[in-house]
Amino acid sequence: MSELLRVEGLRKSFGQLAAVDGITLTLDPGRLTAIIGPNGAGKTTLINLVTGGLLPDGGRVYFKGHEVTALPPHQRVRKGISRSFQLMTIFPRLTVGQNLLLPVLARLGRTHRPFSALEREEEAWAESDRILEDLGLLDARDEPAGALSHGDQRLLELGIAIAPRPELCFLDEPSAGLTPVERATVMELVRRLSERGRTTFVIVEHDMDVVFSLADWIVVMNRGQVLAEGPPAEIRENREVRTVYLGEEFE
Amino acid sequence: MRVNRSAFQGRLTSPAAWALCALLLFLFLQPAFAGRYSLYLTIHILILSIFALGFNLLFGYTGLLSFGQAGFFAVGAYVCAKILIAVPSLLLGLVGGVLGAGIVAAFLGFLSVRHTRVYFSMLTLAFGMMIYSIAWKWRDVTGGDDGLVGIPRAPLELPGLSLSLATMERYYYVVLVVSLLAIWGMHRLVRSPLGLTLQALRDSETRAAFAGVSVRAYRLIAFTIAGLYAGLAGALLPPLENTVTPPIAHWSYSAEPVLATLVGGIHTFGGPIVGSFLLYMIKDIIVRFTQYWLIWLGAIVVVLVLGFRGGVVSIIEQALQPRLARRVERKAGTERKAAAGRKTK
Repeated sequence: MSELLRVEGLRKSFGQLAAVDGITLTLDPGRLTAIIGPNGAGKTTLINLVTGGLLPDGGRVYFKGHEVTALPPHQRVRKGISRSFQLMTIFPRLTVGQNLLLPVLARLGRTHRPFSALEREEEAWAESDRILEDLGLLDARDEPAGALSHGDQRLLELGIAIAPRPELCFLDEPSAGLTPVERATVMELVRRLSERGRTTFVIVEHDMDVVFSLADWIVVMNRGQVLAEGPPAEIRENREVRTVYLGEEFE
Repeated sequence: MRVNRSAFQGRLTSPAAWALCALLLFLFLQPAFAGRYSLYLTIHILILSIFALGFNLLFGYTGLLSFGQAGFFAVGAYVCAKILIAVPSLLLGLVGGVLGAGIVAAFLGFLSVRHTRVYFSMLTLAFGMMIYSIAWKWRDVTGGDDGLVGIPRAPLELPGLSLSLATMERYYYVVLVVSLLAIWGMHRLVRSPLGLTLQALRDSETRAAFAGVSVRAYRLIAFTIAGLYAGLAGALLPPLENTVTPPIAHWSYSAEPVLATLVGGIHTFGGPIVGSFLLYMIKDIIVRFTQYWLIWLGAIVVVLVLGFRGGVVSIIEQALQPRLARRVERKAGTERKAAAGRKTK
């Protein structure tokens, strides 16, 4: 299996704090990976470095063998790396349908069109409708996105992240602030999308039940470094991981 | 299960369509019954409307507040004036003014759009002041504080047609037609994929970037289009007044489209146009009663901004349409359905 993403010696500091302190990691296509670790372990910083939200102080990022270390975010999206955010990030004043239409138009290279009427973009609408159906939000298509419930906005954000048809998609705590029922909905959706095989998901999550039931591969981070990685069963038995992280929660 | 998509794209409901027709009829027939002053005032309102529409593409749609728009307005006016003095062709003057402003806007925009929020606003303010000092100091070209005088209202030269615009009525029609075209173009633009992209930038630049949109490129596009509109507005002025003087380049003049847009409403397409009308009406009426008209104008703007964020247009919309209630009802219904749908999955 050829690697999808390779990160070599990635470093990023904020002042004295080394948020990501020399990470080397490869991700294989089709393997749903979970990144876990205590708060401040550098999980979100790592995602930012890989997706282009931040530029690293050192190290390199390769996507499908090509270096993307210094590319701006929108170009990485076009290459096939997308993400969702820990703090909800949608377009609140656009309609729900338009929220998905934008990334679809961007993928089709049509965002610059000044005079074609939005309603005429049939291909893009059809695709955005298909995603809405996956999300179960088709009925809300013409509502302002900001009027959706918190849970539905989370779903919508997941939709925006997959609308560019990424090969690699990072989900940064996609179920933060959700009720258990909504959480199950989001996770079920991630599982379904992952099984379709078009997108490889990397998920940051604090709920260990979710992580161990959903992920094929787990990366444990601590203090900006990778502490351990492996399949769930192996990670569960890893003593170092248990003392640093799992122990705190499971005792 | 096709939901009515047009409802959200601002299709005109029929009373509004009738009102619009009546307004157009009035505008086209106005020279038949109204005096010169009324036409003069309408031309000014139309010019400010174009100016404010461009400004609001930047502010209301893209989320960038520029204080330097008067600079581009002035570039349009000065370039048009210089052309008209050299070559008596209105079309050439207008096109030259628009292009001149567009080029300057594209250049200054390139330097400004990498910054956002207050830094962007301050940069535009600074660039606007630089244009003002050029208009003020470059006496050989701009005429300095005297400005350019004796600008002819050149005839409109179209292929196979040369129309003298010596009378106010004729020039009024030129401005009216040009304004309607500009309004129509902007109306199409905000409902196009480009318009959607700009609104997405306003809502969340981060999300837009991670949806595959180059934030800087699209900010620059919005800035340049706003500059083109400011230039067009500026270029329409010298043939009316026959002079151009530096005050139109001053940063305080940049407040005109800001005020018009705030009064009319930033979240509606027609807001800047309605605001331009109200601004001139308020000035025209209050000036008759008191020399302290600015205080009253300020008070009115304060009340509108504090009390009616959406501006006058959204007040009217809410008064005319009890649709809001229905929309809320529909939303509740969809939420129930969506919740039910998810449970069954």
